[in-house]
Amino acid sequence: MSLTVPYLIEERPDTGVFNAKMGIWLFLASEVMLFGALFSTYVLLRVGSIEWPMGSTILSVPIGAFNTVVLITSSVTMVFAWVSLKLKQFDKFKLYLGLTILLALTFLVVKAFEYGAKFSHGMFPKTSTYLAIYFTLTGLHALHVIGGIIVNSYFWGPGGHLWQTKPEQFTNRIEIAGLYWHFVDLVWIFLFPVLYLL
Amino acid sequence: MHNNHHDSYDLGFWRKYIFATDHKIIGLQYGITALFFLLVGFSLMMLMRWQLAYPGEPIPVVGQFWIPFSKAIDWIRINIFHIAGSNFAEETLPGGVMLPEFYNQLGAMHGTIMVFMGIVPLAVGAFGNYVVPLQIGAADMAFPKINMASYWSFLIGGVIMLLSFLAPGGAASSGWTSYTPLADIAPTGQTLWIIGMIFLITSSLLGAVNFITTIFQLRAKGLTFMKLPFFVWAQLVTAFLLLLAFPPLEAAGVLQLMDRIAGTSFFLPSGLVVSGKPLEVSGGGNTLLWQHLFWFLAHPEVYVLILPAMGIVAEVIANNTRKPLWGYKSMVYSLLVLGFLSFIVWAHHMFLTGMGTAISTFFQATTMIISIPSVIILTALFLSLWGSSIRFNTPMLFALAFLPMFGIGGLTGLPLGLSTPDIHLHDTYYVIGHFHYIVAPGTIFALFAGIYYWFPKVTGRKMNEILGQIHFWPSLICMNGVFMPMMIQGLAGVSRRLYDGGAQYAHAQGYLHLNEFMSISAWILALAQIPFIINLFWSMFAGRKVENDNPWGSTTLEWATPTPPSHGNFVHEPIVYRGPYEYSVPNATKDFTPQNQEAIT
Repeated sequence: MSLTVPYLIEERPDTGVFNAKMGIWLFLASEVMLFGALFSTYVLLRVGSIEWPMGSTILSVPIGAFNTVVLITSSVTMVFAWVSLKLKQFDKFKLYLGLTILLALTFLVVKAFEYGAKFSHGMFPKTSTYLAIYFTLTGLHALHVIGGIIVNSYFWGPGGHLWQTKPEQFTNRIEIAGLYWHFVDLVWIFLFPVLYLL
Repeated sequence: MHNNHHDSYDLGFWRKYIFATDHKIIGLQYGITALFFLLVGFSLMMLMRWQLAYPGEPIPVVGQFWIPFSKAIDWIRINIFHIAGSNFAEETLPGGVMLPEFYNQLGAMHGTIMVFMGIVPLAVGAFGNYVVPLQIGAADMAFPKINMASYWSFLIGGVIMLLSFLAPGGAASSGWTSYTPLADIAPTGQTLWIIGMIFLITSSLLGAVNFITTIFQLRAKGLTFMKLPFFVWAQLVTAFLLLLAFPPLEAAGVLQLMDRIAGTSFFLPSGLVVSGKPLEVSGGGNTLLWQHLFWFLAHPEVYVLILPAMGIVAEVIANNTRKPLWGYKSMVYSLLVLGFLSFIVWAHHMFLTGMGTAISTFFQATTMIISIPSVIILTALFLSLWGSSIRFNTPMLFALAFLPMFGIGGLTGLPLGLSTPDIHLHDTYYVIGHFHYIVAPGTIFALFAGIYYWFPKVTGRKMNEILGQIHFWPSLICMNGVFMPMMIQGLAGVSRRLYDGGAQYAHAQGYLHLNEFMSISAWILALAQIPFIINLFWSMFAGRKVENDNPWGSTTLEWATPTPPSHGNFVHEPIVYRGPYEYSVPNATKDFTPQNQEAIT
């Protein structure tokens, strides 16, 4: 007889979570430290600067606001996808997760146009400290969005087979992916005012 | 010994040993790789020690084979990496004499390799992976595949670091701290250093998530937190430090990468002049920002280096004194306080940067406070020895030596933590002496203790005692021979960054003779590791076989497994009834009562 790893699906009574849920929260804690360090960098550089441009004079607030709405909507559809699984409606899950992925792609396309517009006006990361932190923060965030798209696409496509055999585990996986996705959304909710409005 | 009856875990060589998901195999992979990197890092330092003892003289022996070695490197550079005009010998040791640039590369890479690729992977990756799931009665880590990813990320990072020596201009040469603005304008090797670090950081993060989840979720029935072995506690706190302290360094690495590749000025202030020419950047950056972000990681990192070592020493001491640890609970609480405080002491590395007296005062105060829990742990370990009949086997010798060595390292840190004496001591050899006492005869001795102690569980054989003694005594003497004179030089004011060992430095003139003594000690120290290497491999195949699964008569759960543990570790699900160190319980039939034993007798 050999033991296997428990609490893959069911919760451990004294901690109240299954393994992956604890794992993702810990991972998100480290992500908070990552973006926290970068936001601290932003504060320090701005406080120490002689002049700092208003974000709205360089970036387009309507486009940024549009992208904010896009990402928040994608978080809502992500929750719907998870709820659909809880209600055992796999077709609806496919629909909502597909919408989440499309919205994330929309966000990236808009972001790419924003970047392209800056580049065509000769505004690069090296141009000023403001643009340096803008490109670094949004670039790193975009990488996180891409990561989320990859994970969600996997669950939308080949990863979905798990639903046939282990529906509970699959539902848990979507919950985990959702937690990550909400975090990516949340980072943007901080980035938008900090970079575009202040 | 138990038979591993039907072992359904028959995966074939590649999945069992190379792309392994079993925590024990991954632990061994980490261990072997980390020991190799430790040897590499040590070798770099031995080259430097020649230059320090005999500046400007050609290196014997090494100089002989450096030409063919360089030819091979030239071939790899030209044919594989397509670097034009390579002449490795001329860039490093022309005529066997070390160039200052090469010395700087060796210094930076010695630190990087030892800390990030040697000790942490050995203390956390190897011992943590192998022992923690066993000590908490788990079948494996919570996320075996993430565990595998963690090892491979570590290996890729390590390989990138080693390959960075082949880059044009050589490896990173701005110190293991990669201080800006110097690192921003350094050659390509620095970029590879950052990329390598990002892999190593990823590896640590994956490992940390895994360790914390494993310890919280997979504890055996009855194993409450105050029944956890001290080693598990140490690994838990360490994992939290890795989880929360490494991301800021990752952020800093990203920013430095942007500075180097995209031409930003995060760490470059306005009006910077390099080699007489103003640097053409937008400026407006803050170079102290790098130091803050770096030390926000690197101070907790110091505790990442030391806490697992304390954990190992606690296990070995409790086992060989045949007594419960003195003050187990205060040790655990001290560990938690230490972990918390380690996040708010980082700027004591930066007293001389002119960040202001108010900030200095704050960090000076926290630094003095953090010494208290360290002293409590060390005192508890010392008191554990009181009145016991100690078994002086090799693991115990190393564990015992850890105590005074770590004590010296810790106490010499106090003057550095106060901003006034730090003005005199900062950036001298005193600093090097201080932290090497903690990490070398401190942590590395504890790691040796761990290797000798858990070797029988891994292989079913004990390591040879005589070779162990031949390893221990010269190592102890030579460690002091290397690092004690550094304190003297440092108090005299000798800078730590002199490539000629101080030959042209006014303060150093009276202390130059110590260089030779330290270098010879270092080389004998290297010779003293040979019996260990022989012992390690010889004992795997020919060591004395253990007569049962618990050869040291230990109480903790890892000894309740078959030897070596099969996949899934335990034959029956262990249930824990008692604390981790119930040695010499009155009225018990044996002088140890394992945690999974229900009745005393």
